[in-house]
Amino acid sequence: MADIAQQLQEQVLAAREQGQKLNIVGGGSKTFLGRQADVETTDLNVGDHTGIVDYHPVELVLTVRAGTPLTEIEATLAEQGQALHFEPPRLGESDTIGGTLACNLSGPARPWSGSVRDQVLGVRLINGKGEHLKFGGQVMKNVAGYDVSRLQAGAMGTLGVMTEISLKVMPQPAATLTLVQDMAPEQVIHYMNARAAEPKPISAACWLDGKVYLRLSGARSAVEATAEKWDGTVLEDGDGFWRQLRDQQLDFFAGKDPLWRFSVRSTATLPRLEGLWLIDWAGSQRWYRGAGEKPQLEQIARDAGGQVSLFRGGDRRGEVMHHQPDALAGLQKRLKHSFDPDGLFNPGRLYSWL
Amino acid sequence: MTDHQKVSQQHLAALFREFIDPDFVITDDETMKPYECDGMSMYCQMPMLVVLPETVAQVQEVMRICHRHQVPVVARGAGTGLSAGAMPHAEGVVLSLAKFNRILDIDPLARTARLQPGVRNLAISEAAAEHGLYYGPDPSSQIACTIGGNVAENSGGVHCLKYGLTVHNLLNVEMITVEGERVVLGSDGLDVCGMDLLALATGSEGLLGIVTEVTVKLLPTPERAQVVMAGFDSVQKAGDAVGGIIAHGIIPGGLEMMDSHAIVAADDFAQAGYPRDARALLLCEVDGTAEEVQEHIEQAEALFRELGATSVRTSKNEEERALLWKGRKSAFPAVGRISPDYYCMDGTIPRSQLAHVLTEMERMSEECGLRVANVFHAGDGNLHPLILFDANVPGEFERTEAFGTQILKLCVEVGGCITGEHGVGVEKIRQMAFQFSDQEVTQFHELKAAFDPDGILNPGKGVPTLRFCQEYRSLDHKPHSIHPATETSHG
Repeated sequence: MADIAQQLQEQVLAAREQGQKLNIVGGGSKTFLGRQADVETTDLNVGDHTGIVDYHPVELVLTVRAGTPLTEIEATLAEQGQALHFEPPRLGESDTIGGTLACNLSGPARPWSGSVRDQVLGVRLINGKGEHLKFGGQVMKNVAGYDVSRLQAGAMGTLGVMTEISLKVMPQPAATLTLVQDMAPEQVIHYMNARAAEPKPISAACWLDGKVYLRLSGARSAVEATAEKWDGTVLEDGDGFWRQLRDQQLDFFAGKDPLWRFSVRSTATLPRLEGLWLIDWAGSQRWYRGAGEKPQLEQIARDAGGQVSLFRGGDRRGEVMHHQPDALAGLQKRLKHSFDPDGLFNPGRLYSWL
Repeated sequence: MTDHQKVSQQHLAALFREFIDPDFVITDDETMKPYECDGMSMYCQMPMLVVLPETVAQVQEVMRICHRHQVPVVARGAGTGLSAGAMPHAEGVVLSLAKFNRILDIDPLARTARLQPGVRNLAISEAAAEHGLYYGPDPSSQIACTIGGNVAENSGGVHCLKYGLTVHNLLNVEMITVEGERVVLGSDGLDVCGMDLLALATGSEGLLGIVTEVTVKLLPTPERAQVVMAGFDSVQKAGDAVGGIIAHGIIPGGLEMMDSHAIVAADDFAQAGYPRDARALLLCEVDGTAEEVQEHIEQAEALFRELGATSVRTSKNEEERALLWKGRKSAFPAVGRISPDYYCMDGTIPRSQLAHVLTEMERMSEECGLRVANVFHAGDGNLHPLILFDANVPGEFERTEAFGTQILKLCVEVGGCITGEHGVGVEKIRQMAFQFSDQEVTQFHELKAAFDPDGILNPGKGVPTLRFCQEYRSLDHKPHSIHPATETSHG
C-alpha cells in the first residue's frame, strides 16, 4: 500500500515539459483492449498507487487508490459481508479498480445492479496540466458541478490519470441460485426479457450452447420461492459458472477468432452470422466470435439500437470502437482538449483521432 | 465570437414567428410573468422573450438563431426546480419544453419508455402501470416535474438508495447542441463506446445542451411493499438504527427520517398518527417479493426495538402505508403552515455525521434566531433542513440564506456536498467555492466550453466564475456582497 500521487503528478508534468506521450498502466491486465496506436509512449505506472483510503461499511462507500487490485478490494468488502455489485471482470492476474472504471467493465449482474459507472461516486485525477483534481465525493447523491467521475467510465484514460475512486458498495445477497434449461436461440430473447420484467430477484441471465442460465439472488425465502415457480434445474456450482463468464474463462472465449461485443437493445433480433454467439445481460450484451467486416457489424448493431466493438483480437491498428458521428466525435475531441490540451494520455487508444 | 450588437426583442420575436406559431412567441410582460422564476421564487428575473416550440426542428432553429445572435438560452420544463436553475436571463430567451408532453412509446418487454422531455415524472409510472412496470426516481415534485428537468438536475427522490438517481435510469437522450445540431447520447443498449456523454449531460442544468427526447428504463412493480415506522427519543439512536438496518444487509426501498419539528408539523397536517413525542422518526419501506418483504419486515421491527425504538408500527395494508407516507410527503407544505415562509436546503452528508450535523444545526438555529425543521433521506445521506422565516421581515431572508450557507459549509466540512439533488443553479453557486478549488472550477469552465464556447446556454448558473470564487473565499461568505452571475467569462 503506497501513495505515489505526487510522484505521478511529477511524471505528468515532466512528460508535458519534454513533449512525451504517456501510456497509463495499472495491473497490465487490459493492454489488449482498445487500439494499438502507432505512437511512441512512456509507461505511467499507477499499479503502485494502491491501498484502501476509507471504508465505512455502514455508509456503503469505499474509497481506494486507483491502482488497488480488485482482489484486495473484494477481500476487504467480503470481511464485512459486502461486495461490488457490478461484478468487475478479471481479465488477468492483477486487474485494478482504476482500469475497471477506465474501461467501464462490469459483470453478469450489470442490468440489475448497475455498472461500475453507475456505482462510482467520485474520483481524483491528474489532468494534462498536471493538476490533481477532485470531483464528486463520498456520498450517494451529489449534483454539484459536472459529473466528471462517470465521464471517466469508458474514456480509457484519455482524459487524465485517475488516482482515487469512491464507489458505492452493497451487502452480499443472503442466497444465490442458478437455474439452467435447454432453449433454442429463437426463443431465448423473449424468454429472458419476460423473466426480467417479473418482480422477482433475478440477478443474471445468459444463453450459451443451447442453454439458458438464470441467476436468482436476494433473501433466501424469495430466491427459493422463485426457483420453485420457474422452470429449469438448479446448476451445481452456479457461482463458478458466472465467475467464468465474468472473467471470460469459458471455452467460448478461448481461441484466436476475433471477439466482438454488441451492446444493443435487449429485445433485438440479430441476423444469424457465421460464428459463435453468447448472449449475456438478458440480451443487452452479446458476444460474437467470427470474422466480420466492421462496417457490416456496425450496421447490424445500429439496427439493434446499439453499438459494436472489437473486444479482442482482429485488426487493432484500425478503429476497434463503434464509429462516432461527426458531432459526437467533435465533442469528444474538444472534451479531450479541455482535460489534456497537449494530448499526453493514451493517444489513439480509444479512437485514432483522440 | 460573433458581433455583440444586441438583437432586439422585436427582431428576435419576428425571427421566431417565421416558423413558430406566433401565440407561442411571448413578449408581453403579463404573459411572461409566470416565467420569471422557478420553484425557487426568491430569485426572479424577467426574460427578454419566452418561446414554446412544438417540434424538434423548431428547437434546432431557435438554437441556431440564438447562437448566431449570441442570445442566452434558458431551458425550462415545469419550473419546479429548487435552485433557480430555470431563472431567466434578462437579455435572453426562455425556451419552454412544455409542448413536448407526449409519451412516444412504451416497450413492455424491453422495459423502456421513450418520452418527450415535457412528460411529467408521475405520468411515466402511470402509463407503465398496465404493464406491471414503473419508473424508479420519484422526486417530491413528481406530480408536476418533467423528465427533461429530471435529466437536467439528475433528480433523486425517496427510493434512490435502492433504485438510483435519474442517471442510473436513463438509456439515452436526444440533445440539441448550442449550434442547433441534433445528437443522441447513449443508445438502446446499456452502454456505448467512447466517453460517457450521457452521464455528463445528466445533471448539467441546461448548460451543455437542450434535451428533446429521453428514453428511460422501467422496473417491474414490486409484488409487495410495507413500511415500518419507528420513533426514537434521540436523533443519535435513530441514526444508529439506520446504520443497523444497512449493516444487517437490508437495503430498504425508502428510508426517511424526520426530526421533532417536522414530525409535529407533518402529523398536524396529515393526521398520520406519528408519535408526536418522538425526537426522531424513521420510515423504513421494504419492497420486493412477498416472501422477501415478510422476512425483512420482521428483521427490521426486531432491530428497531433492539436499538431503542420507543414505538414501532408496521403498515398492514396499502391504505395504512399511504397514510404513513402522506406525512412525510407533505412535510414541506406542512412546515409551510407553521411559518410564513420556509427555505429548503439540500446538503448531503455521510450518515455517520448525522447526529453531529443536527446538533450543530440546532446550535446555529439558536444563534441566528431562526427555527429549522429537518427531513432527511436517511438511506442516502441527503439532508433537507427547512429554515422557517418571514420574507416580510426586512433582512430575514438574508439571514436565512446566511444560515443556509453555514449549513452547507458544515456539510462539506464533514465530507459531504452542497447539493444532493436540487442542483446548484443560481442559489448555490456561491457555495461551489467551498467545495471546489480554483483549478477544479477552471476545469469545469473548460469542459463547458467544449459544448458551448460562447457561454450562451444558461449563463450565470451552475459554476461560478473564478474571480468570484477567489473574492468569495477572501470575503468569508458575506452573502450579498457580490453576485456570481454578474460576469460570465470563463474565469
